[in-house]
Amino acid sequence: MTKTQVMFTFPQELIREPIIYSLGHQFKIVTNIRRADVTENRGWVVLELEGEEKDIEQGIAWVTSKGVRVDPVVGDVVEG
Amino acid sequence: MSYARALRCRKCGQEYPLQPLNRCDFCLSPLEVSYDYKAMARGLSREELAAGPRSMWRYRDMLPVEGEEVDIGTGFTPLVKADNLGRELGLDRLYIKNDCLNPTYSFKDRAVSVAVSKAREFGFDTVACASTGNLAASVAAHAAKAKMRAYVFVPSDVEPGKLVGAAIYDPILVKVDGSYDDVNRLCTEVAKRYSWGFININLRPYYAEGSKTLGYEVAEQLGWRAPDCVVAPAASGLLFTRIWKGLDELAMLGLIEPVNTHMYIAQAAGSSPIVNAFNAGSLHINPVTPDTIVKSIAIGNPADGHYALMVARQSGGGACAVDDEEAIAGVQLLAQTEGIFAEAAGGVVVGVLRKLAASGVIKRGELTVASITGAGPRTQEVLTDIVRPFAVQPTIESVEESIGALVRSA
Repeated sequence: MTKTQVMFTFPQELIREPIIYSLGHQFKIVTNIRRADVTENRGWVVLELEGEEKDIEQGIAWVTSKGVRVDPVVGDVVEG
Repeated sequence: MSYARALRCRKCGQEYPLQPLNRCDFCLSPLEVSYDYKAMARGLSREELAAGPRSMWRYRDMLPVEGEEVDIGTGFTPLVKADNLGRELGLDRLYIKNDCLNPTYSFKDRAVSVAVSKAREFGFDTVACASTGNLAASVAAHAAKAKMRAYVFVPSDVEPGKLVGAAIYDPILVKVDGSYDDVNRLCTEVAKRYSWGFININLRPYYAEGSKTLGYEVAEQLGWRAPDCVVAPAASGLLFTRIWKGLDELAMLGLIEPVNTHMYIAQAAGSSPIVNAFNAGSLHINPVTPDTIVKSIAIGNPADGHYALMVARQSGGGACAVDDEEAIAGVQLLAQTEGIFAEAAGGVVVGVLRKLAASGVIKRGELTVASITGAGPRTQEVLTDIVRPFAVQPTIESVEESIGALVRSA
């Protein structure tokens, strides 16, 4: 089991979709929301994902394929 | 003696002992060093600070370092009155803070000097970072001085020329076959796996503090006062917030009058998530995919973007972006008026300064400091078409024929 912290940024067309629910359901990942801000035209969620490494990997790939931007919660760590 | 007392969450205020940690366990927000300012105020005076070494370590008591510092001669860089550039832009009291003159040619030495000092204090024998240039060189140089091992992760599409500035100090260079986002994700994983001091991850709260010295120096060099306006580039947004914190702390300690400085963020249009948010009136940064030649500030998901935005707003400042062409024009203008060869990020600052002055946002008489954060020679590939020499034979006739008319018209 491993834990990872990520930020999801949702485009407007995905705000009404239960992406985080599906992520937990389809990939056996425990999702734990720590901070969020969602309005009618955009949204972001900072959350912790807990599960098997390969499930988390596949889960993130699925979320990304739906059109959600996934970033490490620390922001970019590569600097100039 | 250091007056640092804890790490504190910038969002929820939760406190942690001073340790290698950069995120709050509860809300996953960034941590920053908090100090006992009352004790610090009692222990500090202008005279004592001014009598310190001519480096950033004259402000040692305001930094979170207990042990001996790892210093390669960073800081107390010139603050020059830029009258020629000021005339071009219509600003009567323009100053350039020239951080090109740090040992590895950028302001990163300030931050890294504190981070590597702290890494040694925490007992790490290895430091690491992910970088495309300036940070890599600085980390490698400080590790060499501290006799520590350094791992530097770079994206595979980095120009080989850029890596020379890091490789000379003999770090372990790791070239990652993947996109920028891949490198980013990989390094957060690597940082979890190995017990290294990762400069911009678990040492980030300390790294951040080093940048405050830029603000301290500007105030001291102006004769212990804050400027009316500061224009500084923003990549992660960290430096921008720390210049402000530096000025704010000096005022809190009674070393300068209350600060009324307007802080302006400069970004490249191809990577301007903070400027976008400012213009949209939002407090949330929407990450972008960078597309600009100004690589040293091309960060799409700025870790301190939110806080930089807050500083720009609260200080009555602003945020402005210029495109790549304007950035290059800015580099040339700075060199041709003040004799300072900055990297493209410096051109962005000059470009933004030009716009803000032209639109009257920054007024002619305001004491304005432009922060030039890195030197040009490392990224000269963006400027190759400026080299257009006159080709002559080694005879005076040939010289006369080629440039005679030019000489006579001068």
